[in-house]
Amino acid sequence: MADTKSMQIENKQVDKKKTKSHRITFGIIYLVLAAFIWIVFVNGTDTSILTTFNMTPGGSSAYMDDWIFPTASTLSTLAFICAIAGAYQIIRGFGKFTNGILALVAGIFIFSFLSWASSGGSINLAGLLRVTVVRAVPLTLGAMAGMLCERSGTVNIAIEGMMLTSAFVSTVIASLTNLWIGMLAGVLTGGLIAWIHGVLTIKYKVDHTISGTVINIFATGITSFLSSKFLQKTDYQYLNEPGMFPQIDIPVLSKIPFVGPILFSHNMYVYAMFLLVPFLTVMLFSTRWGLRLRSVGEHPKAADTLGINVIKTRYMAVILGGMMAGFAGTYFTLGSSGRFDELLTAGRGFIALAAMLFGNYHPVGAMGAGLLFGFFDSLSAKASILKVPIPSDFLGMMPYLATIVVLAGVVGRSQAPAAAGKSYDKESL
Amino acid sequence: MAPLLELRGITKRFPGVLANDHIDLTLEKGEIHALLGENGAGKTTLMNILYGLYSQDEGDIFVNGNKVTINEPTDAIKAGIGMVHQHFMLIPVFTVTENIMLGEEYVKAGGFLDRKKAAAKITEISDKYNLNVNPDAYVRDLPVGTQQRVEIIKILFREAEILIMDEPSAVLTPQEVDELFKIMRVLVDQGKSIIFITHKLREVMECADRITVIRGGKVIGSTTPKEADTKKLATMMVGRDVQLKIKKTKSDPKETVLNVENLRVMNSQQHLAVDDISFNVRAGEVLGIAGVQGNGQTELVRALTGLLPPTEGKIEILGQDTPQEKPRFITELGSAHIPEDRQKDGLILAFPVADNLILNTYFHEPFSKGITLQFDEIANSGNALVEKFDIRTPSVNTPVSNLSGGNQQKVIVAREFSRPIKLLIASQPTRGLDVGSIEYIHKRLMAKREEGCAILLVSTELDEIIQLSDRIAVMYRGKILDILDAQDATKEVLGLLMAGIKPSDEMKSQAKHEEQIILT
Ligand SMILES: Nc1ncnc2c1ncn2[C@@H]1O[C@H](COP(=O)(O)OP(=O)(O)OP(=O)(O)O)[C@@H](O)[C@H]1O
Ligand SMILES: [Mg+2]
Repeated sequence: MADTKSMQIENKQVDKKKTKSHRITFGIIYLVLAAFIWIVFVNGTDTSILTTFNMTPGGSSAYMDDWIFPTASTLSTLAFICAIAGAYQIIRGFGKFTNGILALVAGIFIFSFLSWASSGGSINLAGLLRVTVVRAVPLTLGAMAGMLCERSGTVNIAIEGMMLTSAFVSTVIASLTNLWIGMLAGVLTGGLIAWIHGVLTIKYKVDHTISGTVINIFATGITSFLSSKFLQKTDYQYLNEPGMFPQIDIPVLSKIPFVGPILFSHNMYVYAMFLLVPFLTVMLFSTRWGLRLRSVGEHPKAADTLGINVIKTRYMAVILGGMMAGFAGTYFTLGSSGRFDELLTAGRGFIALAAMLFGNYHPVGAMGAGLLFGFFDSLSAKASILKVPIPSDFLGMMPYLATIVVLAGVVGRSQAPAAAGKSYDKESL
Repeated sequence: MAPLLELRGITKRFPGVLANDHIDLTLEKGEIHALLGENGAGKTTLMNILYGLYSQDEGDIFVNGNKVTINEPTDAIKAGIGMVHQHFMLIPVFTVTENIMLGEEYVKAGGFLDRKKAAAKITEISDKYNLNVNPDAYVRDLPVGTQQRVEIIKILFREAEILIMDEPSAVLTPQEVDELFKIMRVLVDQGKSIIFITHKLREVMECADRITVIRGGKVIGSTTPKEADTKKLATMMVGRDVQLKIKKTKSDPKETVLNVENLRVMNSQQHLAVDDISFNVRAGEVLGIAGVQGNGQTELVRALTGLLPPTEGKIEILGQDTPQEKPRFITELGSAHIPEDRQKDGLILAFPVADNLILNTYFHEPFSKGITLQFDEIANSGNALVEKFDIRTPSVNTPVSNLSGGNQQKVIVAREFSRPIKLLIASQPTRGLDVGSIEYIHKRLMAKREEGCAILLVSTELDEIIQLSDRIAVMYRGKILDILDAQDATKEVLGLLMAGIKPSDEMKSQAKHEEQIILT
């Protein structure tokens, strides 16, 4: 008995040693950020300069007063808070609040950046956040598409290709018929491509990454070709005029100042995201359907021995995932730009996969990651019109840089389904 | 009356192998029917056919005298057949409840899972058969013995009458095996019937009502524990006389080959698994490491072989410091490793047998010249080893994954023994092997010892440890409690040490032990 106790104590000591180096690294990062805010942001700013945050997005009727504050003094306070957090982190550590404090410091840093960038002028904070929500839509939907596939054991890196193709098809069909039929056509297109991916990987056991890459290359090629041949030609403009889903203001909720316009004054894609996230969460984790789907992604042989049809389940999940990707694809044309242009998805399908990993294969996590990447997306668009002395091309890289940082820092810890990427062979040991 | 289950003329061919050759088998209600056979005899194949995982080429299956067609596991489940597989079929990230109800889910209105109701039924089964399983635990956190009981509940949950258990005892500790036998008895008393596969003759004698022996895919004969003895069973299985006990000469240890001082190793959960261990192994001797599975043996071996860097301490192999070296460096020094988990650390399952046989020598002549592999040499040497070590495989080009469990093990042994080695670290070297193969590997181990190889033998099988070792170290909770000379090591003393009780406390513990016996 005494042995057990001494061993537990020993274990704890060793655990501590390990976390200690972590603790100090984090603390030093906080201190560096504090110094950065102080040296770059505060020192370059005259004490009399003010920052203005507009709290009402352009064209909204839910009005809220602008938020005006002196830049230098606010920023020095924030730098001070970061410094304290860093010092405390090094000396004591925040224990179970570590992640919360990390998010807080990161938030402070971004806020400081914004205040500094808009000092002497103004930035529309509400607009920034509103666009964040919009930009999160394709990322979150794409992440959930990838999730359906990977949770069932099929790796799908062809989200990008599926989105691109469905964006194209939906544009043409919607131009010829109406928005809803166009959207449906996009969804079916995604499902069809996913079915091909399924046949290749599930039936013919082609390597999942290769099949996905082939689909991406094919999608890029065919949509670019058809687009430049027809959609971009004046003679065929009637094929590239699908229109857009209108904005729907939710009664009452959209009138709440600040929050209303950010969350409740969008077209149906944003609401679809808000509904699909909890829906898929419940489906995956609380229903028979979800249990079976996850089981074939974790241990297909075990599922098979319990009478679950591994092949059918995988096809079903991959095709549903493809339809979800297809739906995400139609957002680009029917929900955002109102027309198709070559490569208009711009790698969002891959960032969606990053969001899936970052969100640890969970719909809610995926939306969180989607919002984070969406924020940088929105910020890069906004910041290029501010007085920031950074070339706008670099600002355009922000969403992708954020993706790399997040992937490098966090994904090591996310838990992929055990059988993801492995085709199932019944008669093998 | 018709028997509960009858197999008639079951035949199954794999490319190049006749795995089952017109097998007839019956199972009566309420009996434990043991299926014996050497590695690759076709036991698992037969059971997989019965369970619907493979389909037979010929033959029929009858339940209660009625012919049934079993194409899918669902058909088997419907016919009241359940199976505990040789390699467990559990999903580590699911809870016990989720694992058990998968495929037979309890749902509430609206299609939502009713975990509570399923958990209640699991608890009920668990109590009825005294299985002691917590339905809310995650399977990844459970010890192997408990995982197996989860598998058993999985079958009972589906109300199966016929239970197939494919080598259930191979991964269990002796105590867990005793537990399992008690459970099997209870099951049979409640009217269930069991087909039980094992390689351990002692177990067969202990718990079977009837025994059928299979060799080369054919039924050789049936008997009962009363009529047979282990010697006879072994002969039936292997087709020749088997020496069940090996003769050991007096050891003549020479220079120290492996020296370990104050070693500490952390496991993957960052817990201290090996705690301040020191020992040495000398040329020409076998040091056995006994202990209940999970007391740090795995981590010790991984540290010695360079797979897991230790946090503290010294490891010297032939005078070279190795704690921070790569596995390649350590194997090149002349050290060999038979890993505990053959499928994970010992083989590349998708590679052919020949390639697996050169995994740690492929970069040497004659297997490669410059940057090219010499395929003729690789095939020739592969064929020679397959011959020499009696590996049952259609050819050296067959993927290792298609070999039976025991033959997979032989591939590893053949690879490690075919090099000039000075140190052998063998972890559970005979797990899952039949008596003939065990005899063979034991003889080989002894021959290596004679040649002057230092051997570290890690095993949870007390018999094996006592038979082969010159000295025996017992591990308990990451520490070596004691190192005994083989002559002094009786099963009783080792058993006490394995339970963490030092013989100096012998009197006390003896009393305690008796008290326990009275209590139970
Ligand atoms: N999927 C497969 N493909 C090809 N050959 C196979 C396959 N499964 C089994 N075999 C072959 O069939 C034979 C019987 O194998 P099986 O696994 O039934 O043996 P076993 O009696 O269970 O042996 P062990 O005691 O080692 O588990 C072996 O020669 C094996 O190589
Ligand atoms: Mg077997």
